[in-house]
Amino acid sequence: MTDGIFPSTATAPGARKDLSLGAVRERLAGAPGRAYWRSLEEAAATPEFEAMVHREFPQLAGEWQGDGVSRRNFLRLMSASVAFGGLTACTRQPLERIVPYVAQPEEIVPGRPLYFATGMERDGYAVGLLAESHMGRPTKIEGNPEHPASGGATDLFAQASVLDLYDPDRNQTVTQLGRIRTWRAFEEAIAGRLAAAPAGLRLRILTPPVTSPTLAGLIATVLAEQPLASWHQYAPVAADHGIEAARRAFGRAVAVRHDFSRADVVVSLDADFLTQGPGAVPYAGQFMSRRRARRGATDLNRFYAVETTPTATGSVADHRVAATTGELGAFAAALAAAVDGGTPGGGRLAELAAVVARDLERHRGRGLVVAGPHAPVAVQVIAHGLNEALGNVGATVSYHEPVEAEPQDGLASLARLAADMSAGQVDVLLVLGGNPAYDAPADLDFAAAMQKVETCIHLSLHADETSEYCHWNLPAAHYLEAWEDHRAFDGTVTLTQPLIEPLYGGRSAAEVLTLFTAAGPRSGAELLQATWRRRLGDGFDAEWRRCLHDGFVPDTASPALAAPLDAGALAAARADLAKLPAAGLELCFRPDPTVYDGRFANNGWLQECPKPLSKLTWDNPVLVSPALAEERGLVNEQKVRLTVDGRSLEAAVWIHPGQPDGALSLSLGYGRRRSGRVGTGAGFDANRLRTTANPWAAPVDLEPLAGRYPLASTQLHSNIAADRFQGTNLEGREAASRHLIRQATVEEFERQPDFPHHVGHGLDESLSLMPGWDYSEGHAWGLSVDLNTCMSCNACVVACQAENNIPVVGKDEVAKGREMHWIRIDRYYEGALDDPAMHHQPVMCMHCEQAPCEVVCPVAATVHGDEGLNDMVYNRCVGTRYCANNCPYKVRRFNFFKYTDTETPSLEMMRNPDVTVRGRGVMEKCSYCVQRISQARIAARKEDRRVRDGEIRTACQQVCPTGAIVFGDLNDETSRVARLKAEPHDYGLLTELGTRPRTTYLAKVGNPNPEWPARASGAGESPHHG
Amino acid sequence: MAELTPDARMGKPPVVAPGYTPGSVTDKISAIVLTRTPRWWWVAFGLSFLLMQALLVGVAYLFFEGVGIWGVNNPVGWGFAIINFVWWIGIGHAGTLISAILLLLRQEWRTSINRFAEAMTLFAVACAGVFPLVHLGRPWLAYWLLPYPNTMGLWPNFRSPLIWDVFAVSTYATVSALFWYVGLIPDMATLRDRSRRRWKKIVYGFAAMGWRGHAAHWHNYEVAYLLLAGLATPLVVSVHTVVSFDFAVGQIPGWHATIFPPYFVAGAVFAGFAMVLTLAVPLRQAFALQDFITMRHIQNMAKVMLTTGLIVAYGYLIEIFMAFYSGNQYEEFMLLNRIQGPYKLHWWALLLCNVLAPQAIWLRKVRSSPWLVFLVAMFVNVGMWLERFVIVVTSLSREFLPSSWGTYSGTRWDWAIFVGTIGLFLSLLFLFVRFLPMISIFEMRTILPEAKSVHQRPEEADA
Repeated sequence: MTDGIFPSTATAPGARKDLSLGAVRERLAGAPGRAYWRSLEEAAATPEFEAMVHREFPQLAGEWQGDGVSRRNFLRLMSASVAFGGLTACTRQPLERIVPYVAQPEEIVPGRPLYFATGMERDGYAVGLLAESHMGRPTKIEGNPEHPASGGATDLFAQASVLDLYDPDRNQTVTQLGRIRTWRAFEEAIAGRLAAAPAGLRLRILTPPVTSPTLAGLIATVLAEQPLASWHQYAPVAADHGIEAARRAFGRAVAVRHDFSRADVVVSLDADFLTQGPGAVPYAGQFMSRRRARRGATDLNRFYAVETTPTATGSVADHRVAATTGELGAFAAALAAAVDGGTPGGGRLAELAAVVARDLERHRGRGLVVAGPHAPVAVQVIAHGLNEALGNVGATVSYHEPVEAEPQDGLASLARLAADMSAGQVDVLLVLGGNPAYDAPADLDFAAAMQKVETCIHLSLHADETSEYCHWNLPAAHYLEAWEDHRAFDGTVTLTQPLIEPLYGGRSAAEVLTLFTAAGPRSGAELLQATWRRRLGDGFDAEWRRCLHDGFVPDTASPALAAPLDAGALAAARADLAKLPAAGLELCFRPDPTVYDGRFANNGWLQECPKPLSKLTWDNPVLVSPALAEERGLVNEQKVRLTVDGRSLEAAVWIHPGQPDGALSLSLGYGRRRSGRVGTGAGFDANRLRTTANPWAAPVDLEPLAGRYPLASTQLHSNIAADRFQGTNLEGREAASRHLIRQATVEEFERQPDFPHHVGHGLDESLSLMPGWDYSEGHAWGLSVDLNTCMSCNACVVACQAENNIPVVGKDEVAKGREMHWIRIDRYYEGALDDPAMHHQPVMCMHCEQAPCEVVCPVAATVHGDEGLNDMVYNRCVGTRYCANNCPYKVRRFNFFKYTDTETPSLEMMRNPDVTVRGRGVMEKCSYCVQRISQARIAARKEDRRVRDGEIRTACQQVCPTGAIVFGDLNDETSRVARLKAEPHDYGLLTELGTRPRTTYLAKVGNPNPEWPARASGAGESPHHG
Repeated sequence: MAELTPDARMGKPPVVAPGYTPGSVTDKISAIVLTRTPRWWWVAFGLSFLLMQALLVGVAYLFFEGVGIWGVNNPVGWGFAIINFVWWIGIGHAGTLISAILLLLRQEWRTSINRFAEAMTLFAVACAGVFPLVHLGRPWLAYWLLPYPNTMGLWPNFRSPLIWDVFAVSTYATVSALFWYVGLIPDMATLRDRSRRRWKKIVYGFAAMGWRGHAAHWHNYEVAYLLLAGLATPLVVSVHTVVSFDFAVGQIPGWHATIFPPYFVAGAVFAGFAMVLTLAVPLRQAFALQDFITMRHIQNMAKVMLTTGLIVAYGYLIEIFMAFYSGNQYEEFMLLNRIQGPYKLHWWALLLCNVLAPQAIWLRKVRSSPWLVFLVAMFVNVGMWLERFVIVVTSLSREFLPSSWGTYSGTRWDWAIFVGTIGLFLSLLFLFVRFLPMISIFEMRTILPEAKSVHQRPEEADA
């Protein structure tokens, strides 16, 4: 008999301690005949052991307690049941304890999620959200359909924010010089310090831009009480240039708002307005509402983009021009000149500007010129001037009261602070959020300046670079743990309400600030109610409940204002444009598309989310154009040394088609020295090259080095380096000849709406030896993706990851090709290598009618459901990977290791309880969010009705800012998805294989300008290939 | 004996060197088993056994960590494990072909090589059998591929070629083992009778199943052996046909081809004969068996290898032709990718090993030199492994969607397990040559010239 039947660990942990060896010895000595014993517990016949027998084998416990004969009987039964048990129950079952509610809380039904409106702030601006809460644990973020900055969708950052909440690396306690302290100790220290300075403390408050009425009010109070205090606002990616440009153009701070839904012609001057900035989600929705080509509805907008760095926004342009900052200025100047009726000058850019100007002229009042927040101030002033001149103001552009409580040029503000600190003029530095020791421009040497401050206090989610230099480190409350109010991009006050008690006793910025007021500490809820009781006046309680329910305070958008343009500013801007550097290599700094300014560096979902164009993960290499790479003999992953103003940085190179030849790009947010187990050490620290003089573009020296630095891209894993392009674009060429992306111009679409069906192999898809499935009763689910409105913002990728408990695998595994995302966005380049057109194609499981995976699975772990889903049965999967091999769409993902972290308790709380957590050796893939389908089906059956169209939205569909993804019932002819699939330009991927996919695509329809001059060598641009 | 046989008149080397009597044949072969273990055997077995540890360590680590320790990824879901599986299964085929088909065709030259060729089959199948098991993501659930009754009422998916594999390979292993064992029985009796030590007598006696050389025994034996040969014959064709279905049923360009079954079977025989030659040449040297495994054998096997090699080459040619003739752009791309893609070296090396190298057999000079034939066989061994690499990896790495192309290379654990199975194979082989007669004693006696004379002396028969 082995010891295995009663592993001693099965007894209660305390049991072992109670054993007295003496008692065991005594018992064994007194036993008649031979006595065998398996463990000390048994030998001692402790009550714990018998209790364990009762617990584990209740039906056999009687046998055990009987005499010797039935004990033998028991063992016989045991051995049989172990043998039988082994046959069916080889999987390890986790130990769980279930404790029922003593008093059932109202509204909570176990297994049914609740949704609460809240809001997430980034650099001061909020996006309204709905947080899904399972039994008190927020697990998933959705957009708030009522909220102006969301409209029901979100960006990827909001999606990933739940992982930040449960990040095990968060600041967990108050510390003073590394020692664990309490909040009380901190409060006393502050009170003591305040008392010791009756004349006022030389306090410096450093925050990101603030829109919050409550926080701004508190800061005002502190500043009033402490005459020597001052307030600085800095965020590395804030729109400082925008604020400055408005000041110059209008003589005051102005919030500029766009209405893309009314713009027929959009010109972007280095603006990534679809994915960056506080209004990106609604802007993307508006913009793409004008790019939906349907039968009989072909009124598309036309989009010109001039870009210093290829972005997701530029990738959807009809005409895209890659330009250095100098060329951008030249283009803006030429455009302004052409619109003014002057001559735009000579050269390729001027020629293009003339074409754009004519198009804008033709659409007076229906055009829109957008300058990026990081473009030179002069370019932004010119953009204001162009909109004014073209009559767009009041139509597609409107000016409003600033949303920020006190708009500041952050860089200037931070520079003043650093100067004060270096001069020893600061007693207490209070850093509320932000990480200036990492992200301040290098010339300020902020970390050194911090060492001259008597007391530095840092409130943050993570212990970061700034924390290292601070005396006090305070755990911040995540937005899902805090009461806050912030304004959205349009000024609407958005309420942040906590979904969960702070996991680590964190506090919000406002709560920490109260410690510096005479009134003393107050809670976030109190503060918020105090602010709004004043503003809402009578009937506060009912109104407040309504606002909390809705997630925002209605009618709080910033009022419009008339902002007359200063003509002098325009002339000055034109003069400034001429001063922009015309030649030489420049380095552009940009917020990273996935980790932003570094605050999300420890978020595995965002680190592993492929960048929209390079498809790189976990890194921010220097992006160089193919021509420059050729000229300097650079290959992918090669290390280079960049030198800006005598400061240098070693970084790896990535050859990036569409990059201007004269500009390198490096994104912010990487090279974190101290971030956590995920973010520390990934990538290169761009802030070491950034200066206050040149925060967005700086002249740079590039020196190739011999070393290599491996990069992990999810597309063309590593063999791009081997191929070195070799003057061809094999991937793109094959993609074209395989008709994966089908596209036409508006004219072609009008002439031949079913153009996608006139390419390819034209196989009769119904041909099959196998009998078809019968869906005449019930549902037949399907999905439609509009390629025209996808810009690869990645919100769906992260939403899917959050919804479906998809694990993060790490850089090395991605490099091997083992990323787990259920939805991927394929990117194809088309045309010239130097400046190609770019296409995005989201690919998830196609749920084929004749699914190649189903046939080959030996254990029937992937089977066809009666509603047309291709179901994956994780429990049954043995992991032959045959299905993945045979899937032509390559959407299946395999758990090569045990990727899911089941050891970290906080991450367990994060998981969606409706979705199985997959173990090692199991295949997985997109399920069309089958858990959501089941929920809706159950709800419909209870009410004895069919599932309504739109009732089920997949996670990717729900989050998509542009509504590119539509899911629904194909049996219902009136459903949105059925109508989309009836569109003439609906096509399936690789249908010639006879797979009959249920996910289909609406072909791309572009709206290029026929006047656009054919491509010449020199400054590149990409005609949209129809 | 002075009279020349027809073969000799035609200049062919004899099947058995002249001068042997049934008694001396028995002496010579059984002596290998019954005399002291030569020192070199300990060295060779020890090295093989050491090599086998790579398999044990590799599989232990694999079970501990998961198949992620290998190079497999998305899109290349199969790698060394499947390559090695097909390679080993293919190698096994020569044994069955030699013992079953050549028996039915009354090719008496098979007699001196069939025993160890069959043993090789068994050991190769054992090595092959490791891989489908360990390549699973959850190997502890491998029994789910068997149609066993269970409380859930679940059956395997009979549409999947992997299930067909389970049946084909298990049948193959069973029949091969039976065939081999039945053929061993009379020799076991010989060893029983000749062993001096009691424990050997008991062990061999047990294995001999009471064989006394009675006429009824011989009759039953002949019937059973012939029946098993009949049973094994279709397996030569069916097993690798089914293995080829793993690929041909899939729709990946480079897999989805109707030529696969015959092309795989020819490839298997090709690989198998190469392996028999690889083993036969050193063994006959080591045990001084040149009289039994004569140049006639070496030449015949070399010719079979050349013939099947030509069929395989024809297969390659047809693949190329069909890729362009079909007008299927994916097939076309697949082929160009083989020729000039990231794995072009593998493809060209495969042509060198499998198509070019065997052509040397045409030369009598090469044919008549055992070690040159051995060299060619080594080329084929490598070539056939490369062939499976090209089929599995090149096809999967660049198939339909260019966005999902990838690359593959084996990790140290892939190599460890592969090399480890070679260790397992050699270990088993050395045990076999030490403890069992590697040439069928009684069958050898039947091909002696004396056996063909009408007046056989009865006392020789049971010597």
